[in-house]
Amino acid sequence: MDSFPAGLRVLVVDDDLAWLRILEKMLKKCSYEVTTCCLAREALDLLRERKDGFDIVISDVNMPDMDGFKLLEHVGLEMDLPVIMMSVDGETSRVMRGVQHGACDYLLKPIRMKELRNIWQHVFRKRIHEVRDIEGQECMEEIQIMRHGSDLSDEWHSFSGGELNSAKKRKDLENKHDDKDYGDPTSVKKARVVWTVDLHQKFVRAVNQIGFDKVGPKKILDLMNVPWLTRENVASHLQKYRLYLSRIQKENDLKASFGAIKQSDLSSKDTDGSPGLQNSLDIQKTDAASGIYGMCGNKTIIQNADPKFHEGELKGIVSMPLVESKKATIHDIPEPPKASNSRTAPNHAFVPLETDVKYGRFDSSVRKQYSWCEVPQTQFKQEHKVNLQIEKGFNHLPSVGSRPFTREREKPGYMDIKPSYTKRSTQQIRQAIPIGIGAYSFPVESENHMTGFQASEPILSTTTLSMKNHGLSQIFINNNSAFASADGDLLACLLQGDRCTSNIELQNKESLNYHSQDFFTETPAYVNETQRFDYDYPWETMEYPVIDQGLFIV
Amino acid sequence: MLHENICEKGFLDEQFVQLEELQDDDPNFVEEIATLFYRDSSRLISNIEQALEKSPLDFSKLDNYMHQLKGSTTSIGARRVKNECTQFTDYCNAGNGEGCKRTFQQLKKEHSTLKKKLEAYFQLARQIGPVETACRPK
Repeated sequence: MDSFPAGLRVLVVDDDLAWLRILEKMLKKCSYEVTTCCLAREALDLLRERKDGFDIVISDVNMPDMDGFKLLEHVGLEMDLPVIMMSVDGETSRVMRGVQHGACDYLLKPIRMKELRNIWQHVFRKRIHEVRDIEGQECMEEIQIMRHGSDLSDEWHSFSGGELNSAKKRKDLENKHDDKDYGDPTSVKKARVVWTVDLHQKFVRAVNQIGFDKVGPKKILDLMNVPWLTRENVASHLQKYRLYLSRIQKENDLKASFGAIKQSDLSSKDTDGSPGLQNSLDIQKTDAASGIYGMCGNKTIIQNADPKFHEGELKGIVSMPLVESKKATIHDIPEPPKASNSRTAPNHAFVPLETDVKYGRFDSSVRKQYSWCEVPQTQFKQEHKVNLQIEKGFNHLPSVGSRPFTREREKPGYMDIKPSYTKRSTQQIRQAIPIGIGAYSFPVESENHMTGFQASEPILSTTTLSMKNHGLSQIFINNNSAFASADGDLLACLLQGDRCTSNIELQNKESLNYHSQDFFTETPAYVNETQRFDYDYPWETMEYPVIDQGLFIV
Repeated sequence: MLHENICEKGFLDEQFVQLEELQDDDPNFVEEIATLFYRDSSRLISNIEQALEKSPLDFSKLDNYMHQLKGSTTSIGARRVKNECTQFTDYCNAGNGEGCKRTFQQLKKEHSTLKKKLEAYFQLARQIGPVETACRPK
């Protein structure tokens, strides 16, 4: 990597072969390293196989096998890469949708060279912000120096992928963490928080407690009582959650209009699979369902969800890679497939369960992750277990037709929140985490889960997720009950979720105020508290690579 | 001159110029793109044709195909074909089946006219070598 941004690793996804070839040519002319893909699913597989193998993704909005927006979500959640959307259609509503889903830019075809030349800025911007988050306020001056004074190419070196580089950087970070001397901010590889089931449950619980329309990262953070978690972590997670919820809500609305139409109809909209899940939704009674979102690269996964669900067993666990540093607004997290439909039709939401689909590999990785939990915590058995109680925790899911985040699940305002969110965070959206799509195949038509949330505690079987190879797919389980039990205990487990244990302190250090000021008025009292995270956790040495994937736990 | 003809008459727009500029040391690039365009667009046209024979018309499906076709036309810069696509989409949104069918006939005509012109262009280009570009900006 001689001179930034040369060598930027771009993945282009478009079903139009002519455009794929043209873009390849144009990007090569910019001295970028190009990989092309004409299928969204292939692209996702590729991204998952080569973690840190790409710096940016450019994708068309209309693709036959998967909606570009869904791909956008997956990438954002799982890989947290900047994603640029393209289309021949420049209609404002579409562009807005792209932005809401986390696209950092939206290009109209025909695309000109000059537009492509500048795409590196999205990569750079993201890195800068991650660094900022990690470094925290005290290191701000370092960042200033970095930004203004340092050699661009050095930064590029740091930012650039390369397994060696990142591994090395991580190591450096790990070594440094004791001194809390972060030295070169540019060498920080962003730390990802793995949103384990429990962590997510805590999150959802907090959200429900606060009330969806009043929710804000700081409040959630305070309620969650997870010392090492930063406001940014929560903010970006919240964003995804909202996106998810809005999606569920839409699907719910759609369902509502269909009445008790068999789920297959509903699901067919989004997913290709059979609505097997839907039936399973009944089970849970809504709660379970709502809590779970499967991050599935593809909807079919959900479809095939294992009906055992009704016990609340989620086969897969989707973990959501949370990038703390993401300032990006929180996109609504795709609605988790609600296991249970409050309404009528059972939601097949439980996507993750489906293990069958691509997440074969997931099992092992899931296990891995959970193993962390086990280590520190005995209480957290649930994790490994396949049974997770899904509580109505999913309050955050928009209740069928109504707003999410209320205990009663009727919070209207979800949709309202979105726009305002968008407003505030426009710039953040750009860098935003493209809402991870993969898992959210909640397509779940299980929207209904909202209502179901109240339910009891459906148990999700997370570990059995037979997700194909996607370590990242994890089911997001909203497990309020888990929260109820032992915050402190959970904490330990949650900690493991943090992908870069060594980076945790970095995260802690981040200046929560940094981003949030645009967004949130409260100052994060948490910031200081995070300092006390003391890395005594045994899992620091644990499966680092797994964590890296930014598991998205649903 | 064929070159001027093809651009001046508006068959192709500046996208075509861009493609030529991208050619660099790859002399077959533009032709490759044209081939891909024709492959995709022909397939889509045939799909649309079939869909137009159904009754009642599935406008959303038609719209979907047209969207893809439009995207395809932008790859090579097929301006006239693209205009027909836009027209078709308007009729589609209005639920005007007759309008769609009429426009579609126009579209097919433009599509095949362009094909002939491009074929002639490439043939000529092969003969004279990579010298002139088809459409120089005025």
